[in-house]
Amino acid sequence: MRAFDYLRAGDTAEAVREGSHDDTRFIAGGTNLLDLMKLEVMAPGKLVDITRLDLGGIEETEAGGLRIGALVTNSDLAADARVRKGWPVLSRALLAGASGQLRNKATTGGNLLQRTRCYYFYDRGEPCNKREPGTGCAAKDGMNRILAILGTSEHCIATHPSDMAVAMRCLGAKVEIEGTRGRREVALDAFYRSPGDTPHIETVLEAGELITAVILPAPAGGRQIYRKVRDRSSYAFALVSVAAVVSVEDGRITQAQLAFGGLGPMPWRDAEVEKALVGEVPSKALFDRAADILLAEAKGHGGNDFKIPLTRRTLAAVLTQATETDQ
Amino acid sequence: MTLETTRHLKHDTPDTDRRLDGMAQGVLGTDMDRPEGPLKVSGQATYAAEAHPEGLAYGYLVVAATIGRITGSNAQDIMAMPGVLHVVEDERMIRNAAQGMAGKSPIQKQGQVWYVGQPVACVVAETFEQARHAAQAMLVTIEPDGTHVFDPESPEAEVETPEKKQLLQGDFEGAMTSAAFSIDNNYRTSSMSSAAMEPHASIAQWDEDGAVTLRGSYQLLRFNKKELADVLDLAPEKVRILSPYVGGGFGSKLGLAPEAVAASLAAKALARPVSVVMHRRQVFETVTRRSETKQRIRLACDAEGKLAAIGHENLVSQLPGEVFSEPVAQGTHFQYAAPNRLVGHHIARIRRPAAGSVRAPGEAVGVTAFEIAVDELAKKAGIDPLEFRLRNVPDKHPENGKPFSSSTMEATLREGAKRFGWTHTAPRQRREGEWWIGTGMAGCVRVNSMIEARARVVLTGQGVRVECDMTDIGTGSYAILTQVAAEMLGFAPAQVETVLGDTDLPPASGSGGSFGAASTSTAVYLACMELRERLAAKIGVKETELTLKDGHAIHDNRKTPLGEVLDDEEWRALGHLEPGKAGQDVRQATWGAVFAEVAVSDITGETRVRRMDGTFACGRILNLKTARSQCHGGMIWGIGIALTEALEHDPRDGHMVNRDLAEYHVPVNLDVPQLGVHFLEERDDWANPLQAKGIGELAICGSGSAVINAIENACGVRVRNLPATLDQVMEGLISQD
Repeated sequence: MRAFDYLRAGDTAEAVREGSHDDTRFIAGGTNLLDLMKLEVMAPGKLVDITRLDLGGIEETEAGGLRIGALVTNSDLAADARVRKGWPVLSRALLAGASGQLRNKATTGGNLLQRTRCYYFYDRGEPCNKREPGTGCAAKDGMNRILAILGTSEHCIATHPSDMAVAMRCLGAKVEIEGTRGRREVALDAFYRSPGDTPHIETVLEAGELITAVILPAPAGGRQIYRKVRDRSSYAFALVSVAAVVSVEDGRITQAQLAFGGLGPMPWRDAEVEKALVGEVPSKALFDRAADILLAEAKGHGGNDFKIPLTRRTLAAVLTQATETDQ
Repeated sequence: MTLETTRHLKHDTPDTDRRLDGMAQGVLGTDMDRPEGPLKVSGQATYAAEAHPEGLAYGYLVVAATIGRITGSNAQDIMAMPGVLHVVEDERMIRNAAQGMAGKSPIQKQGQVWYVGQPVACVVAETFEQARHAAQAMLVTIEPDGTHVFDPESPEAEVETPEKKQLLQGDFEGAMTSAAFSIDNNYRTSSMSSAAMEPHASIAQWDEDGAVTLRGSYQLLRFNKKELADVLDLAPEKVRILSPYVGGGFGSKLGLAPEAVAASLAAKALARPVSVVMHRRQVFETVTRRSETKQRIRLACDAEGKLAAIGHENLVSQLPGEVFSEPVAQGTHFQYAAPNRLVGHHIARIRRPAAGSVRAPGEAVGVTAFEIAVDELAKKAGIDPLEFRLRNVPDKHPENGKPFSSSTMEATLREGAKRFGWTHTAPRQRREGEWWIGTGMAGCVRVNSMIEARARVVLTGQGVRVECDMTDIGTGSYAILTQVAAEMLGFAPAQVETVLGDTDLPPASGSGGSFGAASTSTAVYLACMELRERLAAKIGVKETELTLKDGHAIHDNRKTPLGEVLDDEEWRALGHLEPGKAGQDVRQATWGAVFAEVAVSDITGETRVRRMDGTFACGRILNLKTARSQCHGGMIWGIGIALTEALEHDPRDGHMVNRDLAEYHVPVNLDVPQLGVHFLEERDDWANPLQAKGIGELAICGSGSAVINAIENACGVRVRNLPATLDQVMEGLISQD
């Protein structure tokens, strides 16, 4: 760990001002950043501690949704009675992630910004375009069991590791951002960037911009499922995960919101998949068609080829469960 | 001066006195709590890195990112970094940890990098953070020295076939051809790590006389002392090692590791104490791993399921120059009877990090693969796998005809089956929603042995002190040695003080190979017997007529406080055990049977273990709680071998890719169901005068196969490449659709 300056921000304006300097990072729970700093995968010269800012709390919005403060911990968010009742897919996704200790520390804003768990990103002895632009990607021809099959580029095949963000994207959440030029809201759909030839730039956040909250729209109703498939029962990142909000009326699907973890460089959502489902009678053939659309561009890299059939089967199982009539 | 007498035993013949059965205190075999437990759970037990001697400096290892010859470094620039005191770039640094019981230095560096992850330097600074940062800035120039092979199965791999490790008995090929049923399959187990909770750590300090004291985290102190002395070219008397508490070993702390050498060299150079704690990644890389294995197993039986041929050929890997190779077929030699036998052992010399002893070297992976193969043959022959095993229990060592010291294989199988409620069913019969439910079983076996051990016992009227350099790696040494002394000399355990982990004390066995409890307990027993004889002589009765209980000597209907008998003096005795012919004239082993029920998702191929039950025979149980705990650990690692644990090596340079506890998947709580552990207590007089046998390794030797066999029974998918990750199972399910 490189020696760094530390500032405990007194208010959001100060945080944003200080955070806009080069070589500066915000720190809240630190569950990912500190690991990265110890390994010097990230070595900011200055940390701005935002944990004393007034960014906690979960409030109901006028639109019937929730405004979740950026500093709300994963544990608190998962346990919130309103979340459990109105947005259960989010609570389930949170509880599928990390461990109790980590969830107690990790925050809502930080969770959205956690870095990939690609082995080679964490290894300074290996080339990695995300860590050191222009050095290459060791993962493509290396061990890539856990890496992405959708939305990759020749420069990077990393996945976004969050479970929470998958549920939030499924729910159509927005990110509230404060910057030196004021406040803005960005849909989670537009928050993450494709790797392209700049995999080190992961979001649309600009220098100094701070996530202050996540805003959920009014409860989506329907059946809400979060299914996470992984290499052990707990404390492992998703190989594939599916967040689903699905409604069926009179035998036809009337609502289908689906997002996927473990597949791409961001929590993955595909409007075409949802469009193909809505208005249709649930059937195995329909679910297969949805998977065909989702996976049309999927590309395995050897070690992760299995994610393609695994996604197809998991999606079908989730949709079957979500559309069963006898529940 | 207090008289110290010695009682020596060369263990050549069975000891049928069973004196422990005649003792009166009643503490041995109970589930007594660990005496040091409260210290451990309240943070007061001082582990290796937790001492803070005055003037302590901190070192951090630098490891190589490529293979080749070292041509230079930026050490001068590093020396200029904040807080940096010293850079160790010394030819005496060791390439990797010593092998267990080596007693001499492992290969030293000689400017050569053999594998990615090899320690090449150590940066020492005033603070840990400064040292770590400077170490990460250190660049060691390495000139490539040609192309290397990283995959043991590569056709380019140089493979050794040591003549002594091959066996052919009878007409193996003929028996294979003419048998009613046969199988011929390849099985693979993955490279694995001990992943002990406490990373390796050492604090070294020299005195004016040129002697070094090392606080480290080690398993075999009397060997480690010699190893460090050899590395530093010192007389062994100039080395003292302290390891009072060890946070898990599993073989990883058998041999001296690079951090101890770096700390010693730096402390010498700086003339101040130096601590070196390994990063978790460095533990994975520089401490020996369990070799991956490829095992070709061929079995043949007659129509009744009687084995006619057993073939077990294995390929393991190792760095050039290391003597150890995973003894995969160690259990195969005697687990089952069959007249025609073939064992092959091949070692691929490749450039993955060094391999070495990890919990139950040999059987942990050998028995695991073999017990899958047995299941496959039983199925082919249409016989209940339990019944199949019972039909092939050997009545003597099948290769050399020696008797077994005790044979509990059949008893553990029968008792285990009864406890689990075993019934044999065809595959794909039970379904709960998307989950296939199935059961599987396996036999467990592990060789049993002792090594030389000494221990001192000091007796006063107030209590007992036990002293030796034995280690407690979480296994319960403090507890059992306390119990043995308390039982033999008639004191409550609270009046027994057990002092361990210091090479200034008599050299015990150390912890490894499941020999620790039996060997060192025997040394303590011998010392206690010596004291009992002396007490009996003083009183004027036969030792067998003397009862010691609650601090009193009882004989001839008289009860005397022990202090009176001792004239308020302190009596000392040394017990000295040497293994002898009792270990060679018979085959000593421990046996068990494990049964498992799993659920397998028909969609994803995920496996969940729902029930697991083990029945084990390991001689006399010294402490029920710590014994059970050892079996729990073995069964849990069995789940790991079967389902989750695999160190992945990069195909391009052999480096460990997933070398941390987030990505190297040991089973977590949710992966482990309630585990049943039952002991069939026996008195194996060949083992030692206590009739106690090794227990730390048995449960890992086959447990994983019960899980793999249960997967097949659940969903019909036979996994032969372990661990049975969900993708493998899913692909099997797809091919059945």
